[in-house]
Amino acid sequence: MLKPVPAPPDLLSRLFEGAGFTISVFFQTISSFGSLWRRRVEVVIHTQAFGIGGIPVTVLVGIFTGMVVTFQTGLALYSIGQAAQVGVLVPLAMCREMGPVMTCIILAGLLGSRIAAEIGTMRVSEEIDALEVMSINPIPYLVMPRFLAMCIVCPLLTAYADFIGIGAGMLVAKSQLGVSFQAYLNNAKEHLEFKDFYSGLLKALVFGSVTASVACAQGLRTEKGAEGVGLATMNTVVISSVLILVLDYVLGWFCNVFLGVGA
Amino acid sequence: MVAPGPLIDLVDVHKTLGTKHILQGMTLQVNRGETLVIIGRSGIGKTVTLKHMVGLLRPDRGKVLIEGRDISSYAQEDLDRVRMKFGFVWQNGALLNSMSVGANVALPLREHENLPDDEIRRIVREKLAIVDLHDVEDMMPGILSGGMKKRVSLARAIVRSPEFILYDEPTAGLDPIMSNAINELIVNMKTTLGVTSVVVTHDMPSAFRIADRIAMLRKGRIIKIGTPAEFLETDDPVIKQFVYGEEEGPDEATEV
Ligand SMILES: Nc1ncnc2c1ncn2[C@@H]1O[C@H](COP(=O)(O)OP(=O)(O)OP(=O)(O)O)[C@@H](O)[C@H]1O
Ligand SMILES: [Mg+2]
Repeated sequence: MLKPVPAPPDLLSRLFEGAGFTISVFFQTISSFGSLWRRRVEVVIHTQAFGIGGIPVTVLVGIFTGMVVTFQTGLALYSIGQAAQVGVLVPLAMCREMGPVMTCIILAGLLGSRIAAEIGTMRVSEEIDALEVMSINPIPYLVMPRFLAMCIVCPLLTAYADFIGIGAGMLVAKSQLGVSFQAYLNNAKEHLEFKDFYSGLLKALVFGSVTASVACAQGLRTEKGAEGVGLATMNTVVISSVLILVLDYVLGWFCNVFLGVGA
Repeated sequence: MVAPGPLIDLVDVHKTLGTKHILQGMTLQVNRGETLVIIGRSGIGKTVTLKHMVGLLRPDRGKVLIEGRDISSYAQEDLDRVRMKFGFVWQNGALLNSMSVGANVALPLREHENLPDDEIRRIVREKLAIVDLHDVEDMMPGILSGGMKKRVSLARAIVRSPEFILYDEPTAGLDPIMSNAINELIVNMKTTLGVTSVVVTHDMPSAFRIADRIAMLRKGRIIKIGTPAEFLETDDPVIKQFVYGEEEGPDEATEV
């Protein structure tokens, strides 16, 4: 009957507890998709807000990632007289790796922190307790619409960044390396496959759902007022960025083995 | 079907939050149809007690029975069903800051009842009028005063005509006239609708006005429970000190 007073949790057990909670939030969210139709208005509102909010930074990510990849690989290729091959490398790199990873890391900072701060503030001001007392489950009411919005917005903005990056690369190839638009595009068309593109979007979908789960879990677990909200926000950005980098490798392997990307 | 016995029954509840042992064997019964007032010093665990009654906190030890059933082991759906019967007036309002006052009050109706929009609007206007708020539906909670927030929280708590209402300091921060109106509201809910209320308050005149019984919380337990008359007549120095607000007595102003 008597439960022992829990010992002050050490870092490792806190980490496991947090991971367990995040995973449980993820599965609860998935199983709350049944109430999708009821929450359609919230889903649309968040998708709009996240999408529009993410456009400016996505454009910047696309432009500069495309430029830098083109410039650096171009220099190497130029020295062996193969500058036109940037038309192969840049679109592949953008679609498979740079587009999804760079965009989603930035969106984890932008939208993940926003979600964590929103839900964390609701937690510390007892709004979530109030919802629970009104028999309103915060998972379908608060988490699911934001989760779904992230799953829609991350791939869409990644696709946008891919195109912008390829375009920016084309301009750099022309102005810095003397590669004509024609040569660049021909190379791209010949070597870029559709699966290079959609495997990147698949990654973005996973990154978006991971960021949303981490952000919502951090928000729901927030304690101790404003300081706690700050901490939840910071944790969200750090944890989801690291997870994106780790998962990127795992997913890259998965896409290669199971979808034949790059095979 | 009305189950016999107390409506809310806390049996030897212990709760530790952080490093503080806040409830230390709290036993308290709330009978059907009564208004029970809980008094006690700030930070003593009154809000924590209310949170146990709706299952927001689960006891480390002991039981919380609602209508004879232990809710501390309930699954989510069962808990939700029990909570449907409760209204909760939050100490700080706990309004959803992202939606208007009208949407806040309408929320329980929209979530749990299938009513046409104009009917919902009518009920919301009616409940806000009960707490003397008019034409505030489109305002955002952020711009309301503390007392207004509390009244909106009250309107939200009663919007679905619950059987039990828990009030966390409903009159704190209100002017005397408004406080009286809230007292009358609490009494009316009992006499006209048979609502059972638990009211946490520091406001002694209000406590004596509304209470059928008063319970005093100190050091994690109920040290006395009885009618207002019994509280006025008591010789216990601790209770006298609290009821009359004397600085001299067994409790120091600095200790909690
Ligand atoms: N989540 C929590 N974690 C740690 N300590 C908590 C938590 N919630 C409450 N406490 C502590 O429990 C004690 C009792 O809190 P509670 O809110 O019940 O006081 P109260 O009697 O309602 O006081 P007041 O009259 O000022 O509202 C306080 O000391 C508070 O610091
Ligand atoms: Mg309190």
